[in-house]
Amino acid sequence: MMNREVNKQYSSGEVLAPPTERYTVLGWLKKNLFSTWYYTLLTLVTLYVLYAVLKPTLFWALKQAEWEVVVVNLRLFMVGQYPADQIFRIWIALHLLAFTAGLAWAIWLPKARRIGAFLLLIPLGLAALPFISGFSRLNWILFDIFALAGWGLGIWKPKAMRRPLIWLLLAYFPILILLILGVEPILKIVKTNLWGGLLLTMLLAVVGITVSFPLGILLALGRQSKLPIVKGFSVLYIEIIRGVPLVTVLFMAQLMLPLFLPPQIKIDNVLRAMAGIILFAAAYMAENVRGGLQAIPKGQHEAAWALGLSGFQTMYYIILPQALRNVIPVIVGQFIALFKDTSLVAIVGLLDLLGIASTVLAQPEFIGHQREVYLFIALIYWVFSYAMSYASRRLEVALGVGER
Amino acid sequence: MSEASVVQVKTTPEDLLNLPEEKRRAAIEQKEMPIVLAHEVHKWYGNFHVLRGINMEVFKGEVIVIFGPSGSGKSTFIRTINRLEEYQKGKIIVDGIELSRDVRNIEKIRMETGMVFQQFNLFPHLTVMQNITLAPIHVRKWPKAKAEEVALQLLARVGIPDQADKYPGQLSGGQQQRVAIARALAMQPKIMLFDEPTSALDPEMIKEVLDVMIELAESGMTMLVVTHEMGFARAVADRMYFFDQGQIVESGTPEEIFTNPKEDRTKLFLSQILH
Ligand SMILES: Nc1ncnc2c1ncn2[C@@H]1O[C@H](COP(=O)(O)OP(=O)(O)O)[C@@H](O)[C@H]1O
Ligand SMILES: [Mg+2]
Repeated sequence: MMNREVNKQYSSGEVLAPPTERYTVLGWLKKNLFSTWYYTLLTLVTLYVLYAVLKPTLFWALKQAEWEVVVVNLRLFMVGQYPADQIFRIWIALHLLAFTAGLAWAIWLPKARRIGAFLLLIPLGLAALPFISGFSRLNWILFDIFALAGWGLGIWKPKAMRRPLIWLLLAYFPILILLILGVEPILKIVKTNLWGGLLLTMLLAVVGITVSFPLGILLALGRQSKLPIVKGFSVLYIEIIRGVPLVTVLFMAQLMLPLFLPPQIKIDNVLRAMAGIILFAAAYMAENVRGGLQAIPKGQHEAAWALGLSGFQTMYYIILPQALRNVIPVIVGQFIALFKDTSLVAIVGLLDLLGIASTVLAQPEFIGHQREVYLFIALIYWVFSYAMSYASRRLEVALGVGER
Repeated sequence: MSEASVVQVKTTPEDLLNLPEEKRRAAIEQKEMPIVLAHEVHKWYGNFHVLRGINMEVFKGEVIVIFGPSGSGKSTFIRTINRLEEYQKGKIIVDGIELSRDVRNIEKIRMETGMVFQQFNLFPHLTVMQNITLAPIHVRKWPKAKAEEVALQLLARVGIPDQADKYPGQLSGGQQQRVAIARALAMQPKIMLFDEPTSALDPEMIKEVLDVMIELAESGMTMLVVTHEMGFARAVADRMYFFDQGQIVESGTPEEIFTNPKEDRTKLFLSQILH
């Protein structure tokens, strides 16, 4: 008894040792913001700039701005002219995504519960927005329920669910396309020229990254090939694409693609833009993958060869799995960049988030509301980009600790 | 310094290659013909003449120790045997198969030779079990169950039966190198190549790896070992080769090399490493 008491005192004495300034607000302020005269100056200047910018902005946003333009056109911003009676298909895709993400979260990030709970608050917040329809409200709540269901399943049977999760992830992309585009006669076809808004922006980015991924791997391997023609083509392709801006690739896709195709095949603007984005993203993907390949030590190749594995087997079983795992964070970064870059399709006349903005601003009753509309769009881009980069950082941590 | 090789070899490549396949195989089994034959092997890195006429014959079941100063070409030579390095002149015949540019021959020879590296080179993204069974399953085309059974036996043999589900990064250096040995053995090779297998290990782990190698040598495995562990050489080597500047300066039994080295360079080198 005595002994324990003594120990406790001793150890608590140790813990309390550090100076107290770290634990008080004032102490923190002093240490981090006002420790020297130039820090103090810098802090004051920053505070003044923030004040000068934020005050009028907030005043405008809360008192003067007429947000009706956003509220009235919310559906246009979200899905463009996607038929109202088919929007449930988008919700199904979202619920499946929520379920998959919940499952993945439970299996790969089982410890990150608090952040997961925090993320669940976002749909609830959206459901609480005053101006959305009851149908949307219900669906945002359903979204969380599906996410929780996936998470619960993952927590309940983590081992058994690993393989289904991989399948779900692989199948998600084709299911998504089928849902949005439709399959006669079950789901009515919705032509791509009706896709718009955030939906189109997201689809362009997702299709761009997903399809460019295998292409990028092939190009990266091609660039390392010993066959001069394969290597030459890969290098030429990568360097040409990386040497031109995305806008020119998009224009090329609009204007040149019909030249390569037989006249009876007509592809619409959205598909042309997708092709342009895929071709563009593939070159960058190739360089990212190549970076991952080069980071694998030579000894890994040698050990595989010495065991009698062929060149293909060495790549497939040993080199690519390690290289791709290492470049996941970079690929997520590329996805976020692409998500924002797709706004360029507005220039070739597509009605993505940015393209919708100009049609909304052309409505007679909302002329002159540029500020509201563009601020709203910027906010959407920011929220999604930030959420994704945050998630990717968590993913990086989770992948890093696992198995090394 | 003479350019001609100091060590002469009895067998010529023609002796081996002129025999019909069946007889060649039998002669190697009977230890009448060498299982590894290197004949006047030369290699250049650009202008740098790294192997300058290497001759060596190794018979089935023999344990060969190769030693010599750093940069003398030991690694380069041992890596030509399974074609991790090309050579420009001479001949190497492994298990009766001539090493040439022919990819099929290279694949055959790699199936018959196992290699253990200084840096282990385990596959970090695979478990110990997967490291060991990968090649048997995909190269030898064994069913998974058989490969795993063999792997468990090998893990027991190298003294780490209970680590099959761990990843290499979770093991000590000595354990990793023993997994690497098990991985090479899983392909049931006829010849094992070791390139300084204990040089990257902390001193307290060297013995556990050498013990495994000694057990392997005593089981009759043909081994070519680049090492400076003279205790190991004394215990199990049949012959030792001293490399210097891309040549074999001297060869002999451990007895001859340790008690009566003929060449001054050998004497000097031995005195340096034995103090
Ligand atoms: N890829 C390479 N290119 C050029 N020189 C090399 C290469 N690999 C090894 N060498 C050189 O060849 C010589 C022999 O190397 P190595 O066989 O590794 O020697 P050892 O194993 O006996 O220390 C060294 O001088 C080394 O610098
Ligand atoms: Mg070496």
